[in-house]
Amino acid sequence: MTIGSIPLRFKVEIDPDQCMLCGRCVENCSYGVFRKEGDSIRVNSRNCVACHRCSAFCPRDAISIYEKPTDYRSHPVWTREIREAVFNQAKTGKIILAGMGNALPYPIIFDRLVLDACQVTNPSIDPLREPMELRTYLGKKPSSLSLKESADGTVELITKLSPNLQIETPIMVGHMSYGAISLNAQTAIAKAVSRTGTFMGTGEGGLHESLYPYQSNMIVQVASGRFGVDINYLERGAAIEIKIGQGAKPGIGGHLPGEKVCADVSCTRMIPEGSDAISPAPHHDIYSIEDLKQLVRSLKEATEWKKPVFVKIAAVHNTAAIAAGIARSSADAVVIDGFRGGTGAAPRVFRDHVGIPVEAAVASVDAKLRQQGIRNQVSIIASGGIRESADVAKIICLGADAVYIGTSALVAMGCRVCGTCYRGQCAWGIATQKPELTKRLDPEVESVHVENLIHGWTLELAELMGAAGINSIESLRGNRDRLRGYMLDEGLLNVLDVKTVGA
Amino acid sequence: MCGIIGVLDKRRGSVDGAKIKEALSMMNERGSGEGAGYVAYGIYPEYKDYFALHVFFDNIRENKTALDTLLEKWGTIVHDEQIKTYEQPNIRKVHTPWRYFFRPDRSLMPKSTTPDEDIVTHLVMKINAEKNGALIFSSGKNLGVFKAAGWPEDVADFYRIQDYQGYLWLAHNRYPTNTPGWWGGAHPFNLLNWSVVHNGEITSYGTNRRYIESYGYKCTMFTDTEVVAYLVDLLIRKHGLSEKMAVRALAPPFWKDIDRMPVKEQELNRAIRLAYGSALMNGPFAICVANENTLVGFTDRIKLRPLVTGELGDRLYISSEEAAIRRMEPDVDNISMPKAGEPVIGRVIA
Repeated sequence: MTIGSIPLRFKVEIDPDQCMLCGRCVENCSYGVFRKEGDSIRVNSRNCVACHRCSAFCPRDAISIYEKPTDYRSHPVWTREIREAVFNQAKTGKIILAGMGNALPYPIIFDRLVLDACQVTNPSIDPLREPMELRTYLGKKPSSLSLKESADGTVELITKLSPNLQIETPIMVGHMSYGAISLNAQTAIAKAVSRTGTFMGTGEGGLHESLYPYQSNMIVQVASGRFGVDINYLERGAAIEIKIGQGAKPGIGGHLPGEKVCADVSCTRMIPEGSDAISPAPHHDIYSIEDLKQLVRSLKEATEWKKPVFVKIAAVHNTAAIAAGIARSSADAVVIDGFRGGTGAAPRVFRDHVGIPVEAAVASVDAKLRQQGIRNQVSIIASGGIRESADVAKIICLGADAVYIGTSALVAMGCRVCGTCYRGQCAWGIATQKPELTKRLDPEVESVHVENLIHGWTLELAELMGAAGINSIESLRGNRDRLRGYMLDEGLLNVLDVKTVGA
Repeated sequence: MCGIIGVLDKRRGSVDGAKIKEALSMMNERGSGEGAGYVAYGIYPEYKDYFALHVFFDNIRENKTALDTLLEKWGTIVHDEQIKTYEQPNIRKVHTPWRYFFRPDRSLMPKSTTPDEDIVTHLVMKINAEKNGALIFSSGKNLGVFKAAGWPEDVADFYRIQDYQGYLWLAHNRYPTNTPGWWGGAHPFNLLNWSVVHNGEITSYGTNRRYIESYGYKCTMFTDTEVVAYLVDLLIRKHGLSEKMAVRALAPPFWKDIDRMPVKEQELNRAIRLAYGSALMNGPFAICVANENTLVGFTDRIKLRPLVTGELGDRLYISSEEAAIRRMEPDVDNISMPKAGEPVIGRVIA
């Protein structure tokens, strides 16, 4: 049997009337689509991943890219994707790798939730004229305060507060390691978060020396491979995050192929050059919740109880109960990573089929923690599928304190969500370690783009709050009365504790 | 809209209900005739040691026996009677108001440091959540709430409010928006000795409700004001904050102002905002809160609703309108308008 070649995914066309043979497409495409032959540019469409690097740099808009130029016989069950996965596995007998987040067309809960605004009975607040507070503190909060009030009116605070991270906007950039993305990409994000008063995650790749100037805006990650972890690393971070799981691939570990472990990555991760960096599925010292508690407390002990410790889990069916366990482990925040969360590489079957949406997970975690009276013990950080400022507002209404964005920050730097990150050929210089590609990303220029994105979302969030008559983000948090479900089923409305539109 | 009034005589001298009625009616421009109410402190001296429970029954035959049985399970009904009312052409009597004087059996709440109050709170939450044709809308000692759907003067005449003499009054003229003009939705709202009248709309209601419900309170009256009574009870009675610090938690200073304070004060205010972020009340409001010793008035952080205060001798007056204060006391001194978020506090001296 021979499967033959499968139909093209994309067809690339050059308009000969427009093309001036400048050759920029040939230079820019890292997948080998274009080659110059005499007086024309030849195209091999089969190599195209639709990353748009060529068309973005074509000075004459001569390049067009079409998706799925050849139709399969249509079938509602045997979709194109299913058939191609079968072809692929029939040939290779392997697990199929994929990049970015969940690619199945599940309904998006965010798009079925609508926000509220004031009309007549209470005034909306104009953020241009009135103070609008988005400052957020991440960490444990006391459930009540002990104050000593003297007759002369002075009040003394007796309660001792736990360390909290202060962020000026509830938007942070999530953990994307050096290795998964380039140092230039990390540097751009680092500059952006330090200028916007927020934080970024290092991912499980250590902290490169050149990023030390931005360490006060860094959350350092400790994951199952413990790459790059030593006391120097822990002390440099403003907070420490233990990664248990990831929304794109709950229940499994990670694998950075040896080819990506160049000299610099090797030093930062503290592993031999060229060796595969394998993060095991579980932490081999965490086989139960009490083991997690020991690690949380060990990390705190190592850093003299000066830094908040976060715990990140993938959103799975039992997330609420797991988060309640984490809240009792001395952790200061729990990160809930929904099943739309992106990744450099994940088995397709996990990316598309394991885990639950972050909206439902955050709603149930917030409800469970309140039910048990321990909501003040941990902050909730939501990640995985936050695409715009409206998503931020909605997830905060559902109970989150702050969000991590990942993919949208990459898109701000040029990423076109082609989903080919796992190949290490990223033409935009983001998900690659090849020097000829990474040098395409100018950290200074791209930091401005990421900063603009955070700034723009923050402005929109302030406007949304003002329209809802709210001038402080605390009053948006868990305020599910300001959300309505549009075409959501009753079961989901109950989980989200949101009324339907019109009610 | 809505118009509010708070009056305190610091030496517990009595203030006549008739004056409060007249003043409240001055603000009919702020109401819609769908709800008005009064609370008077010091009106039941002969029963001052018992919790005075005011109840709206949908009907006496079906709903009263169940409540009697429950109250007797938790303590003793010292006395109970129908609250006297007088037919008014503009008030449709949809409920029968009743009063009980109740003594809880504190041995039934052994672990609590405030067993009496906890039993009464439990009963109020339980009865009101069950919605079995009985609603406890007043549960303090030596005080009573009188409210109904109607204009202030009609509600006052319905209860003959002029027959009650109190040293502390709150009153409210309602223009309902979010919730229907039903009797339970009229102000004042009360829990134990805390009573609240409120003009405005709390945009943070969802957050405040989720917060307060995790402490066992149940919001059952479909209106945002209820939550204020519970927040005040939690912060002052259970957490032991002073009135001033409780108001600081409910309407705290902005971060930009906190950042400019001396370090100690910064730490205090930051701690208040961190601990009580979910209690922060947002949206436009002017509120009067009272207990048996104190009257507190305050507004939201950017003062989107009016609040005026005045004094004369031992009396502190707070209201939405200066005109209402002048109606009660034409010679009033010291008319002033408190700053956004700053509480006005009056305390009983004697």
